[in-house]
Amino acid sequence: MSDQAILSAPGAAAEYDSAPATKVRGYWQSVAYRLSHDWITLIFGAVVLVIILIAVFAPLLAPFDPYAQSIVGRLKPMGWRGHPLGTDELGRDMLSRLIYGGRISLIMGLAPVAIAVMIGGTLGVIGGFAGKVANTAIMRTMDVFYAFPSILLAVAISGAMGGGIFNGIISLSLVFIPAMCRVAETATSQVKNLDYIEAARASGAGTFAIIRHHVLGNVLGPVFIYASSLVSVSILLASGLSFLGLGVQPPEPDWGLMLSTLRQSIYVDPLGCAMPGIAIFITSICFNLVSDGVRAAMDVRI
Amino acid sequence: MFGYIIRRILFALPIAIGVSIVCFSLVYLAPGDPLQTVLPPDATAETIAIVKHEYGFDRPVPVQYAIWLWHVVQGDFGRSIASRRPVTLEVFGSLANTAMLALFAVPVAFATGFAMGAIAGCYPGRILDRIVTGAAVIGVSLPNYWLGLVLVIVFAVEYMVLPASGMGKSGSAAFSLWRWSDAQFLVLPVVTLTMIPIGIIARTTRAAVAEVRSQEFVTTLRAMGLGEGAVIRHVLKNASPQVLAVMGLQFGYLMGGSILVETVFTWPGSGFLLNKAIINRDIPVLQGTILALSLVFVATNLVVDLLQATLDPRIRRA
Repeated sequence: MSDQAILSAPGAAAEYDSAPATKVRGYWQSVAYRLSHDWITLIFGAVVLVIILIAVFAPLLAPFDPYAQSIVGRLKPMGWRGHPLGTDELGRDMLSRLIYGGRISLIMGLAPVAIAVMIGGTLGVIGGFAGKVANTAIMRTMDVFYAFPSILLAVAISGAMGGGIFNGIISLSLVFIPAMCRVAETATSQVKNLDYIEAARASGAGTFAIIRHHVLGNVLGPVFIYASSLVSVSILLASGLSFLGLGVQPPEPDWGLMLSTLRQSIYVDPLGCAMPGIAIFITSICFNLVSDGVRAAMDVRI
Repeated sequence: MFGYIIRRILFALPIAIGVSIVCFSLVYLAPGDPLQTVLPPDATAETIAIVKHEYGFDRPVPVQYAIWLWHVVQGDFGRSIASRRPVTLEVFGSLANTAMLALFAVPVAFATGFAMGAIAGCYPGRILDRIVTGAAVIGVSLPNYWLGLVLVIVFAVEYMVLPASGMGKSGSAAFSLWRWSDAQFLVLPVVTLTMIPIGIIARTTRAAVAEVRSQEFVTTLRAMGLGEGAVIRHVLKNASPQVLAVMGLQFGYLMGGSILVETVFTWPGSGFLLNKAIINRDIPVLQGTILALSLVFVATNLVVDLLQATLDPRIRRA
């Protein structure tokens, strides 16, 4: 970045000669440098890490069995008989369910995005690199799915296929594929006609080699940044699906589903009813802020 | 401009057809037989065949689609499997209720979001910018149906100043905006719905304003001696096409994405109808509602594109 700026500045040659020899940072070094000075991103990145660790080590951390019901201990307040956050409408320990709920919520947040990156990204690179017919076929199909508001498409597909984690992941992946495909297609067609691709082709590189060595590097940045911004959207949509009864099914502990079942007892235990939402909010805002920070550090525009 | 309008409409048509194909295919995504809900469990093969024929399920799929589309174009979405009422009646009644929410949420969300974003963009890095940016991130990270629940807890359960859900005693047919006893039911859903658009519009406006402010013509304006107010006017005008595009998208989301909020407040809109249709496995209603909502979305995008082209002549030539 910095040496480029000097080179393009007027009268650069003279300045460049007399400038003291400074160490030029590589791209990733400057990204790391910028990230290490962005304390907001670092703090929230740490929180994301903690959330992931809690989800991974849920069996060790949860004080109770998240499925164990108790008829006498329903909707008890915080601290009742050693339940730190009280109990839910079936007498199950709220904290344990929140801890275990993180597992499903994170899977529902990450899996659809990962699937969309693979399928949508591949389609986008093909669409951007291939000829007009393939491009039109792929991109116009994507336009159709783009014509649905995201939650509506997710609800439509899950609604038709029925609930469950697996169907939820499929429907959310379908929601994200068109967007992923567009980002990859734009990035691909931007580099496709550059001189160095032409040079690679002239020196005998095949299409696959060109994509592998010259295109992917330019596509992965925007795709990765866009994907990271989708994680929080995916978490929100997934919990929304579960809230509607379309995603995770009872008795699995999931934040969205907990909100929906605790909602019935909103007049008895308003605080307990609000708790799963706080978990969703914290997770989603952390992913959002980390994504914003990484985007700024990588200096990528989508 | 005329040529652009024609081109843009021609571009929207195949998308609308594609959307109708997706809605039609929802029947085939559904596991099991779509007729399960109407047939008694001990139906004979003969009865099944008769019912299948009545619903047209014995024809080849493309023919079924063509017949379905032909009816849809005439405004006939078939009959609800659950209530046996025409789907069109159910869909349009509920769509009107959703539109009522959206029409109140739109001015509030757009004005607030735009003002917040403009202020933040004009003073980047200052304390106001930080507050706005923070609020906007919170807005897009909060699950809005959860905010709805919290508002219900605070205003309906704790303080009992606003109703928690529904549309009031008079119901959907006699609902009047001019009676507070009816209109109060709008307050919490509308506030809940505005949150996400405010966050997104504030973020977009901020980015657009900051980008325009760094352009050279702004420096020229300043060098020419224009006051800060006049400069900001120029900046906002140049940032508006970008913001408008996002606003259009948000209007579409308010119409099509209100299913969660409507469920929280049991507001009898299209999202609520959709939810009911899913629970009852009422595929004709599901198809009709989704088709209607996504066509609204397609139309909104069309209108926004045309508005953008009027604001920014460069778009027409692209």
